[in-house]
Amino acid sequence: MLLEMSHVEKSFNGDVIALRDMNLTVNQGDFISLLGPSGCGKSTALRLIAGLTRPTSGSISWVGGQNEGDLGVVFQEPTLMPWAKVRDNVWLPFRLRGKRYKDYKDEVMHALELVGLEQFQNAYPRELSGGMKMRVSIARAMVTKPRLILMDEPFAALDEITRQKMNSDLLALRDAIGCTVIFVTHSVFESVFLSDRIVVMAARPGRVVREVAVNVDGPRSDDFRTSMAFTRHARDASDALQEAISVAT
Amino acid sequence: MNQQVLQGKVSPQSILIDAEEAALARRQKLYRIGRWTLPSLVLVLAIGAWQAYVTLAEVPHYILPSPLLIAQTLFSDWHVLWPAMQITGRLTFMALLLAVVGGLAIAVAFTQSKWVEMSLFPYAVILQVTPVVAIAPLLQIYMDSAFSAALLCAWIVAFFPILSNTTTGLKSADHNLQDLFSIYGASGWQRLRYLAAPSALPYFLSGLKIAGGLALIGAVVAEFVIGRAGTGLGLASTLLEASYRFNFGRLYAALVLISVMGVVIFALMSLISHLALCRWHESALKRES
Repeated sequence: MLLEMSHVEKSFNGDVIALRDMNLTVNQGDFISLLGPSGCGKSTALRLIAGLTRPTSGSISWVGGQNEGDLGVVFQEPTLMPWAKVRDNVWLPFRLRGKRYKDYKDEVMHALELVGLEQFQNAYPRELSGGMKMRVSIARAMVTKPRLILMDEPFAALDEITRQKMNSDLLALRDAIGCTVIFVTHSVFESVFLSDRIVVMAARPGRVVREVAVNVDGPRSDDFRTSMAFTRHARDASDALQEAISVAT
Repeated sequence: MNQQVLQGKVSPQSILIDAEEAALARRQKLYRIGRWTLPSLVLVLAIGAWQAYVTLAEVPHYILPSPLLIAQTLFSDWHVLWPAMQITGRLTFMALLLAVVGGLAIAVAFTQSKWVEMSLFPYAVILQVTPVVAIAPLLQIYMDSAFSAALLCAWIVAFFPILSNTTTGLKSADHNLQDLFSIYGASGWQRLRYLAAPSALPYFLSGLKIAGGLALIGAVVAEFVIGRAGTGLGLASTLLEASYRFNFGRLYAALVLISVMGVVIFALMSLISHLALCRWHESALKRES
């Protein structure tokens, strides 16, 4: 077990309940998607896990405590510093710990190689396409070899073709560095393709409605997208999402 | 169909450049030439017309000096104008430098502490909105040296755009990046150095462009008001004195030099801004068609 959320509640201004009684056990190596309509508290849950806000009640605990570099985050936007070269953007987590570039050059280059952008290390973000910027953002999240990566709809702004490629690459990357991922998405297909567990959430108040397990034998290649198993899981997830939407209104 | 493919093979250029693109390239070339030649032409025509009018209508030089006379005065009075220009230049440059130092320091203090901003911002505004012409005589009374009094005047005018722009810029860092800095446990200094300061740079530089012009205006105004007491300062004092003596040739010569200074300052600030931002900022980028 890596992280546990128990009875986590978050309200704003005392009355708007963004998240109600969320319980989630995150195991080492899990790929968990948080799937739900807007306002279901999935981004709030991510911010709580990231430690950017505190829960109103309940607790979030890391098993064995959280150490420096245990957490990587990828936002919906690439969120790169436009004034810094690609490699300096990836170096940022180390730089903020007071580490010098030359001591961590290998880590930075390795992360860039993993996302296939080592030849762009000296480029500025504006010179890259949307998909490439997102890859840099992922390299930055992975550079500290974190135990957990949080991703908040990272591919929502990309076109469908780029998005599918990024999904496949993300799974390969996850296998390469062996981290745990919590992934927020609006897309049923994306969540089925990527995750082992889909946590379906409903809005007003934000809460967990159901969890759908996606058990797949063998690797998740592009063939998986067109397989019967994929369709079956997609139907399950879709039904759960329908249920979440209908109970909310 | 087949023939088109064949033609394409024979002259690949015909595919790459169609009529529309050729017209566009022609137009851009004309624009490039026109950008320099047209204003130059206007200048030559205006000066020519001015010279012709003064000569033909026999306008006396104490009403309107001819361009030729002004040019002659520039040379003959250079021993007066050049030292005056140096003083005005020094005044402007020092006012701008102090405005940058003061504006940046206060802006950083404002963003580091909400209390400091709440306490002091109204006074920065009051200082800015009170016409400097009205403050200058007072400064003259309280300060020993006319130069320091003029410097303070010019500083008051120049520092506000730097303060105001930099404050806005320091606060405008991307929210997700701020969150990222929190997640990685950045210190206050690291936030300022690596996030707030680079985010504020474009804002600061556009403030600097405004402040450069204002520093000159502040210096000229201060010289008008303070230099009047016989403490002859720079170009503006020279200009004022020349007007009292009906020495219109020198008046126009001083005016030309002040304009030249303004243009040089603007060009210099634009260059600094371009050099600092050309690598990454949208404002400095050429759009690809």
